[in-house]
Amino acid sequence: MIAVFGLALGVLAGLLLEPSIPIALQPYLPIAVVAALDAVFGGLRAHLDGVFDDKVFVISFVSNVLIAALIVYLGDQLGVGGQLSTGVIVVLGIRIFSNVAAIRRHVFHA
Amino acid sequence: MPEQPAPPSSVPTKRTHRSQLVVAVLLAALGFAAVAQMRLTREDDDYSGQGRESLIQLLGSLSAAAERTQSQIDELERTRGELLSSSERRQVAVDEARDRLEVLEVLTGTVAATGPGVTIAITDPSVAVTAASLLNGVEELRDAGAEAIEINDTVRVVASTSFTERDGQVMVDGVTVRPPYLIDAIGSSHTLSEAIVFPGGLADEIERLGGAVTVEEADLVEVGSLHSIDAPEYSQPTEG
Repeated sequence: MIAVFGLALGVLAGLLLEPSIPIALQPYLPIAVVAALDAVFGGLRAHLDGVFDDKVFVISFVSNVLIAALIVYLGDQLGVGGQLSTGVIVVLGIRIFSNVAAIRRHVFHA
Repeated sequence: MPEQPAPPSSVPTKRTHRSQLVVAVLLAALGFAAVAQMRLTREDDDYSGQGRESLIQLLGSLSAAAERTQSQIDELERTRGELLSSSERRQVAVDEARDRLEVLEVLTGTVAATGPGVTIAITDPSVAVTAASLLNGVEELRDAGAEAIEINDTVRVVASTSFTERDGQVMVDGVTVRPPYLIDAIGSSHTLSEAIVFPGGLADEIERLGGAVTVEEADLVEVGSLHSIDAPEYSQPTEG
């Protein structure tokens, strides 16, 4: 419950404060958000499986975000930033879909 | 602190609590970042998030589009110039045609006309004035440059007007006109009156027949009767 409150609080803060993102961070934020979403869905799935561990969740969350940002940075340096970003998004999307499928099985038993 | 139903894990409640807090903080950060990114995407025309390569591509396609647009602009401006000059020419032609139309309308008697001129009254107590005398007077007026002539405020005299007689009565264009005859003519009033009263002219002729002619020069003579014209049945204008 507290987790859902935190999410709502973050969204609310984002809406109310109208934050401006530093230009240096702007290329990494979208990918980081998607990577964090992947970690969140993974955590939700683990929670439903009964194997949720906060340490694992925190580490996977942070490392997902960092690796995503690193890949984007590396891709930009190598001149393949766009393609690499697309690849990362695709992989993360596939993972999100499979996690959501597992969650769906838990919730709807289907 | 409200207690949540314990998640299916074997860790103590306090630890669960802290773990939920950590998760909540991370999720708050995620929500915050997601909303910020959405706002950014909506505000910016999504250029800042793009890589160098796609920006170069974008620039290339933009400059190509600008080139195309420029050539379109040139073409349209050329067309505009052509249209402008042609419409100017057309306007001049329209103005000329309108002037001609006005002249012709007055000459053919299809519009009422007004202007300086003379009003000629012919009394004929002995009913001796003939159509030929009236035609003679009209011819004199035409020679003197009369632009519009009407008789008795009822008949407009134009090129095709006929002067005939039936049973001793004068008919102009098939309409019986009775004395006293009143001829309105628009033109140079002095010239017109001279054309009537010169020795041996209409005035002398009428007086010989026992009538009297009075010529009145006016700054404003109105010719109000109209002549209706039909489209020519046989003749057609030749080209050129």
